[in-house]
Amino acid sequence: MGYLKGFIVTLGKLFKRTESGRVVTTQYPDEKRSKPERFHGRHVLNRYEDGMEKCIGCELCAGVCPARCIHVRGADNSLDDPVSPGERYGYVYEINYLRCIHCDLCVEACPTEAITESKLFEFSFTNRSDAIYTKEELVVADDGHPQKLSWEDWRAGDDKHTSAWMRATSSSGRADYEGQVGWSGELGYGIRSPEKGQKDR
Amino acid sequence: MTLSLGHVVFGLDPLYLGGVGLDEVFITLLKVVVAFGLLLMSVMLMIWFERKLISDMQNRIGPSLAGPFGVFQTLADGIKLFFKEDLIPERSDRLVFKLAPYLSLVPAFLVFAVVPVGGDFNGGDGRVTIFGHDTFLQVADPPVGILFVLAMSSLAVYGVMLAGWSSGSKYPLLASVRASAQMVSYEAALGLSLVAVLLKSGSLSTNQIVSEQSVWNWNLWVTWLVPMVVFLIAATAELNRPPFDLVEAEQELVGGFHTEYSSLRFALFFLAEFMNTITMSAIIVTLFLGGPNGPDFTTVGWLSGVLWFFIKLMLFLFIFVWFRATLPRIRYDQLMDLGWKLLIPVSLGWLMLLACYDIAGDRGWNRAAVVVVTLVVMAGLAGLLVLALRAAKQKPKDAHDDTSYERKATWVT
Repeated sequence: MGYLKGFIVTLGKLFKRTESGRVVTTQYPDEKRSKPERFHGRHVLNRYEDGMEKCIGCELCAGVCPARCIHVRGADNSLDDPVSPGERYGYVYEINYLRCIHCDLCVEACPTEAITESKLFEFSFTNRSDAIYTKEELVVADDGHPQKLSWEDWRAGDDKHTSAWMRATSSSGRADYEGQVGWSGELGYGIRSPEKGQKDR
Repeated sequence: MTLSLGHVVFGLDPLYLGGVGLDEVFITLLKVVVAFGLLLMSVMLMIWFERKLISDMQNRIGPSLAGPFGVFQTLADGIKLFFKEDLIPERSDRLVFKLAPYLSLVPAFLVFAVVPVGGDFNGGDGRVTIFGHDTFLQVADPPVGILFVLAMSSLAVYGVMLAGWSSGSKYPLLASVRASAQMVSYEAALGLSLVAVLLKSGSLSTNQIVSEQSVWNWNLWVTWLVPMVVFLIAATAELNRPPFDLVEAEQELVGGFHTEYSSLRFALFFLAEFMNTITMSAIIVTLFLGGPNGPDFTTVGWLSGVLWFFIKLMLFLFIFVWFRATLPRIRYDQLMDLGWKLLIPVSLGWLMLLACYDIAGDRGWNRAAVVVVTLVVMAGLAGLLVLALRAAKQKPKDAHDDTSYERKATWVT
């Protein structure tokens, strides 16, 4: 008579709900669950504290991209008005979000921590060309935060930890480096302090 | 006895006793329209009710945005389906493909026509007076009412079968074969469990069956519960509802027999499915729970009957949803085993038991002794059945050993 027990369970749910006393549903567009700290979302192109772009146009991100969604072309900096501190800079930088799988390999590949990912994933387009983000849209604003474009749904916390900080806080995952800063400063934040508690893991 | 045209078509309704005039036609049309509208409305609410209830049973919210408590969700879905592209597969049999949804929808409507939804059965025979004419609160009361119900539920199989066949695609065809096999097998159990009721009521007319159960003489205990349980299980299978919804097992199959259907034609199948749930619940209420029978708690004569019918109907709709929320889907062989090897023998045996009990009463025999003898005979037959099933499962001794099949199945390219 094990069947009957099941009927009592379902009937009981009618009156009891869950242990926490509420339904398990998250009313998605109205309320959102908090995202994990290292969530992979829309990319940002970072800048140094003095406002210079970090990207040097090396195309390593484009080379490593498994979805072939990044298009980069480098150009020489002009001596009078350099865009990045080095010899070259990213002249064209485009990401096609219809192809991007948010694997974060571009972030791993970048030698200057220029490209990182925010936690934003709620953005949509009505045509294919809108899905291609250009450098104007990707590069961080003058306050160091990602540009909040009109068609994107930014919520509190989505733009946190978008810097190179979100890579492993200890180089190559070695706990010896705990507490040591291995990343460069950036516009709006300076050099961020390392994550606590690496040794516990 | 003079038989007027109305009497032949619409049966024993007192409306047509004085011949068919303009008034009678008008009242009949009114009843048809009301029944039609009521059924469409109730399907809309039933789908909402099912979704809400099942989400309550699963700690979810269910539809909540369209209208108050999401009650217009079904309407919104219907409108969406209405505006979708209507596809007819190139390899389909176009005429049959277009016909099939109606073949399953129309029987669903027609079954409801013979269900008495109200009327005063406390002393009266369910007559109500509309515009000075006596009539029953059902569209028609043919003398073959229950046979009509069975005929219509058989016809619904054609809708399913032809939908799968005419799609011109092999998977809907397979699904429709499965579906019709299931529906045909369970129709046997459905009909046999129903015979017990007919035996006690002595009539096929739904109004008569309800009258026989007047006040508290419900067939539920007159036939000793078992036929109702069998009927409920068989009806669930007949309706292709969980746990017997192998036909369109959402989690396993793309769609079932209606895979190739879209837009309004798909909506019609959906409508028919839920309408069948409602009409089948109404049939159960009519057959076993006394239809609109119940103590009169209103001063208006006809209202309490309608309310009682509604309460009982809701109970069964609740039970169907409860089944869906609780029971996991069974396997196809289990489905067939349950139908052929359990439900049919049980309902047959029960029919024999009831018949013997009645005959013993008529002839003045000792009823207890007759029941005991009947039970012994039934046990013997059940034993024979079990033996037969066991023998059928055993492999014949002189058959080839299993490996011979494997050797044949070598891959030849």
